[in-house]
Amino acid sequence: MATKILLDKIDIPGIKSYEVYRQNGGYASVEKALKTMTPDDVTEQVKASGLRGRGGAGFPVGLKWSFIDKKSGKPRHLVCNADESEPGTFKDRYLMEHIPHLLIEGMITASYALGANLSYIYIRGEYMWVFKTLERAIKEAYAAGWLGKNILGSGFDLDLHVHCGAGAYICGEETALIESLEGKRGNPRIKPPFPAVSGLWGNPTVVNNVESISNVPWIVMNSGEDYSKLGLGRSAGTKLISASGHIRKPGVYEIEMGITVDEFINSDEYCGGMMDDRPLKALVPGGSSVPILPAHLIYKTANGEDRLMTYESLSDGGFETGSMLGSGGFIVYNDTACIVRNTWNFARFYAHESCGQCSPCREGTGWLEKVLYRIETGQGTMDDIDLLWNIQSNIEGNTICPLGDAAAWPVAAALRHFREEFEYHVLYPEKVKDRNHFVKEPFENVKHLINK
Amino acid sequence: METKKYKQNIDITPALQERINELLSHYPADKKKSALLPVLHEVQDAHDNWLSAELMDKVAEILEITPIEVYEVVTFYTMYNQKPMGKYMFEFCLTSCCGIRGADDMMEYACEKLGIQPGGTTEDGMFSVVGVQCLGACGYAPMMQLGDFYKEHLTKEKIDQIIDDCKSGKVILHDK
Repeated sequence: MATKILLDKIDIPGIKSYEVYRQNGGYASVEKALKTMTPDDVTEQVKASGLRGRGGAGFPVGLKWSFIDKKSGKPRHLVCNADESEPGTFKDRYLMEHIPHLLIEGMITASYALGANLSYIYIRGEYMWVFKTLERAIKEAYAAGWLGKNILGSGFDLDLHVHCGAGAYICGEETALIESLEGKRGNPRIKPPFPAVSGLWGNPTVVNNVESISNVPWIVMNSGEDYSKLGLGRSAGTKLISASGHIRKPGVYEIEMGITVDEFINSDEYCGGMMDDRPLKALVPGGSSVPILPAHLIYKTANGEDRLMTYESLSDGGFETGSMLGSGGFIVYNDTACIVRNTWNFARFYAHESCGQCSPCREGTGWLEKVLYRIETGQGTMDDIDLLWNIQSNIEGNTICPLGDAAAWPVAAALRHFREEFEYHVLYPEKVKDRNHFVKEPFENVKHLINK
Repeated sequence: METKKYKQNIDITPALQERINELLSHYPADKKKSALLPVLHEVQDAHDNWLSAELMDKVAEILEITPIEVYEVVTFYTMYNQKPMGKYMFEFCLTSCCGIRGADDMMEYACEKLGIQPGGTTEDGMFSVVGVQCLGACGYAPMMQLGDFYKEHLTKEKIDQIIDDCKSGKVILHDK
């Protein structure tokens, strides 16, 4: 069995409760950090670990912590981003739902490193039962003396609360999340200033993903160096992967980075192979925003090397022949999936979730959705296919936050790798009238019609 | 506005006020506005699952902010309802992973069974069906949200069962 550091205790009966969590070594990292380490020692260990942000961007966590402004004398905050909303991603929910104290332990240790005395977990409003689970777990932690004034007699005070959103993907963007935590619409802020200087209520703030923070207790209990030995090169450690789509065993898996994509999809330990033994057609490896890969670029890179579950290997070949690890939202498609329909589905998501602040995104996502719908329902023209390319290229890079890019990339990749499917929709409108067209007759069987 | 047609009871019960005070205690005393999103959830849950303009004004008063600051938030976030919805609101996730595992079929089935269109509410005010965007349950598709909880791995039989359980009052909506 591969090394597990996040899910190793998840199957222990009752691990959701404080007592069982504590009996199994829980909160030891708080004791160790507060009693034997300085805040900077903790930051140094996290830096040495090579841990990269698990929300999608992959920015080194320790480095992000080191940017926090400790000189201004303003109060500092740690905010956990539990707004998990990227289609294909459901790993943070799994952690919080089943082992909520792991995140709370990580929040305490990380807040200590940052010198934050008031921290929040911002959870999406739809995870309401998880919000309540966390509220109860936080109460348990207060009662046991892990939160509040002068924790373990160390002189360190921390108040931790959970805050809920109300249905807005954009609030996963860290400055929109901060706005939302201030009781406002989730409109991303222009950076700089970065949250490390001016975040929540204008105070220095670090925003980290649930999985990132949940790794901190292990790093403190072992060492940054030990963590950096897990995984492969700059893809240090383990990663939670949310696996969904046409596979035998959808679910959340913890992998040591560096295993092959082939092993992840086909071994019984993970996805268990393709559902109904149908052929693999496409893969979105890191959540809906990342480029979709066609079958021939999934197990091997364009250079013929094994494709690995690492930041580097999944992005090998750039956007031409690669993709991204992103948030680890791993969506597998078999031959019955329609890439046009799926791209329209994603475009509808982004059009719905654009905050409306920047014109290229507000207007562009709506255009993408409408044009894709036209093509998917057999009302499109060949010019529409070029129009899609034009629209997406005018969104990318022209917005305050990355939602614009996130909306553009899946469209660009679908056109790059699956253009023939778009052409088929234009050429044979009658055949795509039924939304399950490729379920009934997979594209492979009708592909030859395009060049007739 | 459509909401004008409906009159909503805007009383804040002592229990609700107590919960609001608890939420307010999570933020610095001069940052009451920060409690807006969680407070709106509680207020909506306690008032038949929707927020009239009068009720939003009441929330503004409690948090000592202007009514527009509440309206702009309520209209931005999808979980706040600006008109009465069914007591049991079936929110089907239609995004990709759910989409390729039969979400549209499930939503259509529920609509047919309840005799309404997506976005509609049954005449007795018991049920609404709406299509929503990714709920973060991609591995357990198709699924829907019902109150504070998720109903996952849906089948037509499961939908039948859920509807029956709602009718007989067996479904718990809120995790109190």
